[in-house]
Amino acid sequence: MDKRMSAAAVVAQLEDGMTLGIGGWGPRRKPMALVREILRSDLKALTLVSYGGADVGMLCATGKVKKVVFAFVSLDFIPLEPYFRQARQSGSIEVMEIDEGMMLLGLRAASWGLPFMPTEVGLGTDIINRNASIKVIDSPYDDKEWVAMPALKLDVSLIHVDKADARGVCQIAGPDHYMDDAFARAAEKTFVSCDELVDSTYFHDPAQARLVYWERSATTGVVPIAGGAHPTSCAPRYGFDVPHFKAYAASAKQDSGIQGYLEQFLGANEDEYQHSVGGLDAIRAIELPTY
Amino acid sequence: MTAATDYTLAELCVAAASRAFENDGEVLATGIGVIPRLAASLAMKTTNPDLMMTDSEAWMLSEPNPLGKRPDGFVPATESWMGFSRIFDNVWSGKRHAMLGPTQIDRFGQSNTSALGGTYDKPKVMMLGARGFPGNSISHPNSFFVPSHNTRVFMDGECDFVSSIGYNPDRLPKGHSLDDIDIRLVVTDLCVMDFGGPDHQIRLLSLHPGITAEQVQKSTGYPVHIPGHVPTTVPPTQAQLAIITALDPHNQRAGQIKDNPPGVRPPADRY
Repeated sequence: MDKRMSAAAVVAQLEDGMTLGIGGWGPRRKPMALVREILRSDLKALTLVSYGGADVGMLCATGKVKKVVFAFVSLDFIPLEPYFRQARQSGSIEVMEIDEGMMLLGLRAASWGLPFMPTEVGLGTDIINRNASIKVIDSPYDDKEWVAMPALKLDVSLIHVDKADARGVCQIAGPDHYMDDAFARAAEKTFVSCDELVDSTYFHDPAQARLVYWERSATTGVVPIAGGAHPTSCAPRYGFDVPHFKAYAASAKQDSGIQGYLEQFLGANEDEYQHSVGGLDAIRAIELPTY
Repeated sequence: MTAATDYTLAELCVAAASRAFENDGEVLATGIGVIPRLAASLAMKTTNPDLMMTDSEAWMLSEPNPLGKRPDGFVPATESWMGFSRIFDNVWSGKRHAMLGPTQIDRFGQSNTSALGGTYDKPKVMMLGARGFPGNSISHPNSFFVPSHNTRVFMDGECDFVSSIGYNPDRLPKGHSLDDIDIRLVVTDLCVMDFGGPDHQIRLLSLHPGITAEQVQKSTGYPVHIPGHVPTTVPPTQAQLAIITALDPHNQRAGQIKDNPPGVRPPADRY
């Protein structure tokens, strides 16, 4: 089976109103090349589920988003994502604000075919008061009440990984796969961009196969795009692009806003984008962050 | 143990905040931000070597990492993997103590890290979001660090958005008791407090040198329980300062409290 496809072919499978899960965490290993292809499309009214960073900010700023399911949206070293902030403060998006762990539970429920997962997370907070769709239930086993975190069913997940083969075996060699396995399993279709396409024999080494976090049946399509996480990081290959994120954040304070940013960088395709940010070699030279 | 006479307010806060972790036993100490991270690291290096710690990325360490850029060849004392998904296994087991800096803390100890002002659908200021605060607050002990003690942080009324559960009887979940909630120390640039007053009222534990109880009350938007005798916050020892310096070789702590004041402030210096 050959699951290789282009970013444009991925976006051609998306429809207005879909619920998209986006892997990664804040400014780390986001499928940004796939996000950029959405920015070039006329898709709209999307619901996003994400440990959010500029993926959420860019899609909000370009009017593609109806609703965001989030626990945070942050660029880490720039704590507040500027365009998500604008979208919230202008009241232009709906939100389902939950705890970081609740998001994992919702994705797991979706992937396991459960309607909800019981948890005590959210009790006593505005998570349960501000979300009409999150119910608090009695337990059949004790006298306490529990939050029934509903399944977060995704139409599509978009993920970026280090390496993949054409059949959809995906490897994350960086130190954390975040919740990407849960995103891959919670979606009807999962499209994965990879920095490097490898031959299947690469995984015959068990030490490499150990870094595969979901089986290939959960991968629908593979999009080889070296540098495809830029400006987010793809450890251990490259860090996040601090000057680029600063320019992105600064654009939110300018009259031209996101349009100015897009005109400067987006381009008609990923080659044009990478040219505008200094080329693939420059991306690969970005130092990893120190925490 | 020689008490230092020349130390900054940030260093005093690190030493005071480290006491939050000293009786914790074998739990994951998570300090978010420079001063809480240094406080947890200092406790692990001194009073509680059983503490566990991450590198703030994906690994557990048996020795805390120094902050900031480390020299070439530096080898972190990695002991296990601890990616974000595994953090929840730890959080929900209760074997963790986090120290964090929310934007608002109300009289119940409820905190806000999300929507400020306006309406929830259209807040005046959108902060980070609830993050892990809801889960942390109901699963394990938590402490707070506040670099600027004022009535905007310790505000009158209830938080605009309640990210973390506190001692609010009206929000107490069925089958729970207020004693299930465990807010430990609240360390600020003025003092150290907890919620150990009558009916879980916020209580003054110690005043930083040069600060009065009146200043604390004036800077807090609700009544603070002030015991008859309030000691002065214990200054860091020379040994603690040496460890803090080694943990923070680039002196990031100097940028954490406005103007990086000395630990001993003359009365009415700021008020």
